[in-house]
Amino acid sequence: MSAPQDWTPPTSSTPSSRPGPDHVVAGLKGTDEGGADLVQLLTPEGERVPDPRFDSYAADVDVEALKDLYRDLVLVRRFDREGNALQRQGQLGIWVPLLGQEAAQIGAGRAMAPQDMAFPSYREHGVAWARGVDPTELLGIFRGTDHGSWDPKATGFHLYTIVIGNQCLNATGYAMGQKFEGKVGDGPDSEATICFFGDGATSQGDVHEGFVWAAVYDAPVVFYCQNNQWAISEPTERQTRVPLYKRAQGYGFDGIRVDGNDVLACLAVTRWALEECRTGNGPVLIEAFTYRMDAHTTSDDPTRYRLADELELWKLKDPIERVRVHLVRSLGVEPEFFDGVQAESDALAARFRQHCVDMPAPGPERMFSQVYAEGSPAVDAQREAFLAYHSSFEGV
Amino acid sequence: MAVLTMAKAINDGLRAAMERDPKVLVMGEDVGKLGGVFRVTDGLQKDFGEQRVLDTPLAESGIIGTAVGLAIRGFRPVCEIQFDGFVFPGYDQIVSQLAKLHFRSQGRVPVPVVVRIPFGGGIGAVEHHSESPEALFAHVAGLKVVACSNASDAYWMIQQAIESDDPVIFFEPKRRYWEKAEVDLAATPTPLHASRVVRPGSSLTLAGYGPVLKTCLEAASAAEADGHDLEVIDLRTLSPLDLGPVFDSVRRTGRLVVVAEAPSETSVASEVCARVQEECFHSLEAPVLRVTGFDTPYPPSKCEEDYLPDLDRVLDAVDRSMGW
Repeated sequence: MSAPQDWTPPTSSTPSSRPGPDHVVAGLKGTDEGGADLVQLLTPEGERVPDPRFDSYAADVDVEALKDLYRDLVLVRRFDREGNALQRQGQLGIWVPLLGQEAAQIGAGRAMAPQDMAFPSYREHGVAWARGVDPTELLGIFRGTDHGSWDPKATGFHLYTIVIGNQCLNATGYAMGQKFEGKVGDGPDSEATICFFGDGATSQGDVHEGFVWAAVYDAPVVFYCQNNQWAISEPTERQTRVPLYKRAQGYGFDGIRVDGNDVLACLAVTRWALEECRTGNGPVLIEAFTYRMDAHTTSDDPTRYRLADELELWKLKDPIERVRVHLVRSLGVEPEFFDGVQAESDALAARFRQHCVDMPAPGPERMFSQVYAEGSPAVDAQREAFLAYHSSFEGV
Repeated sequence: MAVLTMAKAINDGLRAAMERDPKVLVMGEDVGKLGGVFRVTDGLQKDFGEQRVLDTPLAESGIIGTAVGLAIRGFRPVCEIQFDGFVFPGYDQIVSQLAKLHFRSQGRVPVPVVVRIPFGGGIGAVEHHSESPEALFAHVAGLKVVACSNASDAYWMIQQAIESDDPVIFFEPKRRYWEKAEVDLAATPTPLHASRVVRPGSSLTLAGYGPVLKTCLEAASAAEADGHDLEVIDLRTLSPLDLGPVFDSVRRTGRLVVVAEAPSETSVASEVCARVQEECFHSLEAPVLRVTGFDTPYPPSKCEEDYLPDLDRVLDAVDRSMGW
């Protein structure tokens, strides 16, 4: 069927004919505070604010525990910045910065129990840290020596997933397996899965299908969307007409929006969500409302699509600074602690840098290694032929 | 010795695998109460329960993607795709995750998933129900791809595919589902990744797989009248291809005709031809020929008799080869 002759496409400046509260997506711009439903325990000014629903999930976070969280945030930011610098020095092919999202990731990662499983996207360096993956193990992906060298089973942290949204279905299937094995309930060995993805991924079919499967099978999976406001150059309003956390209602489970720059709130809300899942009340969708303060990757140029003012406004909500202020002003932590974390981060950065340049190239065997669990005559023949060819150059 | 249809043979094979290993799951659209649109999974949910035979929501990426997650957890899911042309919404999960996780993780994350796909034409179906997309999977490193052609193989191959630690794309020739054959339930089966000479001969080698195997055997019988003694090889495994028996055969016969329903260009049949000319060049008495579907989308079903390689087209190719 062809379009009527007098039909003309609407221009982008044509105002929407469907105004209304659902059309306005709360919190898309730098000035937005995330809406009235935003869960927050620590303000950008470093003030602890009460939350009757979630305070109990952070009640054990004493001064020492908060200092540990601060240390996490600083160290993760430090090696992330080193990753960025290493790419600029030509040591890495690309780096995916997490600047600005440290609290969203540390809060969620530290909320997990050892037996839980995380399915990350590719920016989850902070979650990796919280799961005990040494940061140097992230380097191979970006230097091109491997696709992730850590053991997903031992760490409870699956390999990075580059294809947007794929991991939401894999995580859901894994969570279904936890349920099938009877690991959901009040027992001490009950388990949950947490799946990380971005606001852009919510447009992918796999995320929708993950929500459907998780809902109909009551899978113990927390969908943890880090809404960092931008999917490369596309803003969140290019993904949705409603706040992302509200989508959960349409699938029949809880959705909640948390201040993604507030590590305490992210910790508390994720603990609650994981507990919901472990005890059979999942799935749960968390929207961690945050901001990507750097480029999407080192190949990106955000100055082409967003205003510097936006970044400046989000700097005022920095996830690290608010914890530091709270530690100093409210809890009286002495400067020596911060000096110690600084020294530790310097040492980590140096180790990270050195490891990067020391990483050996994998050699041609890597191409042919572990393609199949049970081998393949074709691959075996190609390996033997190529290695013989390769070795013919020895001594030349 | 049992006499079973291919559909029942696969059903029995699934049942045997599920009885042996509680981690084996069957999942897909309508596989439970209905028993699948072809009834291949008939009765399994009744006997194994809804947690082992999952009637899933209607989305192929969801079926494959959750199967990948279940396999990571330690299960052995067997996914049913209702028809060949419906697999493509799940193709991303198959290619991006299922095929690559073992390699990406350096062997730490095996994904023993079987994806069953009824494939090929000849049942008078509407669009998207008669395709032969096997080359699209055989081209993907990390997957293993097989096609059964008779009830006996189907019974054993489905069990072997489930026992494999590699992901296996399992093609079932849907127009042969209702054909009966003897199945030796106590036999020592042919290995999963092995082609097999199913009819010895000396004049020319016919190689095929899946639904056309029967056509090849009929052609070999018909060619006897012309004094041609055809050897027929069932390729069975499309990735990795097991071409040793084909090479041996061609070195004796000097002639090869490859038969398949899929379009010819860059197909499994093309790969067989290329490899045979690499390995058997000095033995060939004639060019290697292909008899395949055409390089068109699968046509409306009233055209499929012309589209599918039939007895006459196979015999015509045999005559052309013998004429060199």
